[in-house]
Amino acid sequence: MAELSIKKKRPKNLDLTTIRLPLPGILSILHRVSGAGLFLCLPLLLWLFQSSLATPESFATFKAVAAHPLVKIILLGLLWAFCHHFCAGIRYLFLDVHMGVDLESARLTSKIVFAVSIALTVILGVALLW
Amino acid sequence: MVNRIVVGAHYGLKDWIAQRATAVIMAVYSVILLAAVGAIGPNTYEAWRGLFANGFMKFITFLFFLSLFYHAWIGVRDIWMDYVKPTGIRLVLHVLTIFALLGYAGWATQILWRL
Repeated sequence: MAELSIKKKRPKNLDLTTIRLPLPGILSILHRVSGAGLFLCLPLLLWLFQSSLATPESFATFKAVAAHPLVKIILLGLLWAFCHHFCAGIRYLFLDVHMGVDLESARLTSKIVFAVSIALTVILGVALLW
Repeated sequence: MVNRIVVGAHYGLKDWIAQRATAVIMAVYSVILLAAVGAIGPNTYEAWRGLFANGFMKFITFLFFLSLFYHAWIGVRDIWMDYVKPTGIRLVLHVLTIFALLGYAGWATQILWRL
């Protein structure tokens, strides 16, 4: 009970407009956002996968749909979401085994995750979408 | 620091491990798929279909999809648990998420086994 009353007195700031998230915090919330985005787009991705494989005609439809500029932009966004989720996820696996947990390396690895995921998005985007 | 012994039922350890195990499976699969696409360069329908019609590829693609849906369940469930406090609404969202993911699993299976 004593612990509970202490907890209640702690000052809280949950005002999103005044919180300045450090880079690992931004990485973390984007890990969640990218995961949620990928989840919400699963029907689109499964439909594209199905179209690409079912018949030669549906494959042609798939190519036409994927060539549309708007679809390309959505797919590029999802590609970034995948790359960010992938790289940030690998960083979390290392944190799980207590590697890179001190402040300095946590910040450094966050920068690496952003750099690698954006680079991968550009490279794969050019190779696969254009 | 929470000092409790993580044994027994419903501490979330199983989900925590499953989230990571499925993540590793998906990461390995992504690298294999990228390498295969890079090596074959499937530009035609026949080549693209042939890639997934291959027995081994079909098997690991199926494994990828199962991992994806289990992983998504844990992640999306965590989002509902963090932001949706009323029990009734949260329960409905959990059930809808499970139904959607089960449906996707059936759909993905159908796509692969038609090949």
